[in-house]
Amino acid sequence: MQFALLIFEPPAAFAARTADENDSYLGAWRAYHKAIVEAGIFVGGSPLQPPETGTTVRLKDGKRRVQDGPFADTKEQLGGFTILELPSLDAALEWAARCPAASIGAVEVRAVSPEYMRRVTG
Amino acid sequence: MSGSEQENTHRAIERVARESYGRLVAYLSANTHDVGSAEDALSDALIAALGSWPRDGVPQNPEAWLLTAARRSFIDLVRHRQVAEASEPTLALLREESKDMTLSPEFPDERLKLLFVCAHPAIDPAMHTPLMLQSVLGLDAARIAHAFLISPTTMGQRLVRAKTKIRDSGIQFEIPQERELPERLDAVLEAIYAAFGIGWDDMAGVDQSGRELAEEAIWLARVLLHLMPREAEVHGLLALMLHCEARRAARRGLDGRYVPLSEQDCEKWSLPLIEEAERHLGDAASRGRLGRFQLEAAIQSVHAERARGSGIQWSAIMMFYEQLMRISPTLGTRTGYAAAVAEAKGAEAGLAALDGIEADDVSISAAAYQPYWAVRAHLLQRLGKTTEALEAFDRAIGLTEDPAVRQFLLQRRG
Repeated sequence: MQFALLIFEPPAAFAARTADENDSYLGAWRAYHKAIVEAGIFVGGSPLQPPETGTTVRLKDGKRRVQDGPFADTKEQLGGFTILELPSLDAALEWAARCPAASIGAVEVRAVSPEYMRRVTG
Repeated sequence: MSGSEQENTHRAIERVARESYGRLVAYLSANTHDVGSAEDALSDALIAALGSWPRDGVPQNPEAWLLTAARRSFIDLVRHRQVAEASEPTLALLREESKDMTLSPEFPDERLKLLFVCAHPAIDPAMHTPLMLQSVLGLDAARIAHAFLISPTTMGQRLVRAKTKIRDSGIQFEIPQERELPERLDAVLEAIYAAFGIGWDDMAGVDQSGRELAEEAIWLARVLLHLMPREAEVHGLLALMLHCEARRAARRGLDGRYVPLSEQDCEKWSLPLIEEAERHLGDAASRGRLGRFQLEAAIQSVHAERARGSGIQWSAIMMFYEQLMRISPTLGTRTGYAAAVAEAKGAEAGLAALDGIEADDVSISAAAYQPYWAVRAHLLQRLGKTTEALEAFDRAIGLTEDPAVRQFLLQRRG
């Protein structure tokens, strides 16, 4: 089964991205990434540019509405995602707890939906 | 009634609930095997107590009051479910028992049977500890779920499923026969220790729930010891947990920094807890039946010697690990052994022992076992194998959940 780990981070974590090589959050992420790759469960994923660089689009009554910034205005923002191949939700929660973002922000775990994907792709 | 009186009553209810919960659930379910209904009935009774005790005062025998109320509610619950055929004997049994109850407020302590039921081989081993925490200690599913890193809904469903199995599969509420006792008792001890371990790992210095869970586990071990005072391994388990508990204040620096055992300030260890642990270890030893928990407690006892100003006898620790590996050659034991070998005979020998783990048995994969990588990293670093050490540190850091430990490893990694 594939699970998406949605990484929610506080502003400090986004700010720390430009810190030097010795930044401990960066070090923790490097180690975590290595661990999931070595465990053979890494499917894909990437960090995202900071939330303020987001642009949100919707159509309302046929008119385009474009908004600067992320979809939701919350303190912790989506900072990236990782897709893992794992046998169960229990295993996914274990890896989510090890994620460096879990101790400073939050990690939401969701199974991907191959059923709906099949309907979408036809 | 004044605010403080009301508070006193609430506290009285809390105390009775804590001390009597397991006894009442065990007693109500011993004959009916219906742990879920027993718990529901008891929570009804506790709610009733919250309503009437502040008004009428705390009854003379609060436990008997709760039992009477819970039993009434139990009968209603079972009747309400209208599973006529299956529950008719249950009802008859309860009616029969109600008569006795009016005569004597005393009732037998069936908690031991309940503990054996919770850790029954027919029940999924992963559910042994959650079942105990809920039915013997009265912890709610949400709290158990946090500790076990499972969603509260899922934990609730798994607990219900396990209790349904207890009710419907004919698992007996009984103390196991002599010949199966060691194995069955072991499952009970394992489940208690698992609760302690989770509480221990969870306690990132600030996490109150982790701390409480470790305390609950010690409480459970005390209950078990009270019920089986002659079992060496029960003493051993309690000794082990008390030794660990004694070091709680020393595990973190003032700034929340992780402090490894060898660097802990032993002035901060609790001497009374260490002494109590030693008493239980001595008691266990006098019974002449060595076991896993006694050996693990003995290892902690050697570490505790440092409080008396002596150095750590690594050769003694290594010897205890050797015995432990014969009884329970788990990944944890073998990693601990390798660490002890490194201290007693040098890093090279320790590393060889670690290599032996993977060479020996590919089925117990060390790949995702954090302590294995942490020990490996330290040993490689000590041997000056920098590149390999960095690799191992990364693996250990990536597998760490506790932010304080992660920080510690990141610093050691350099």
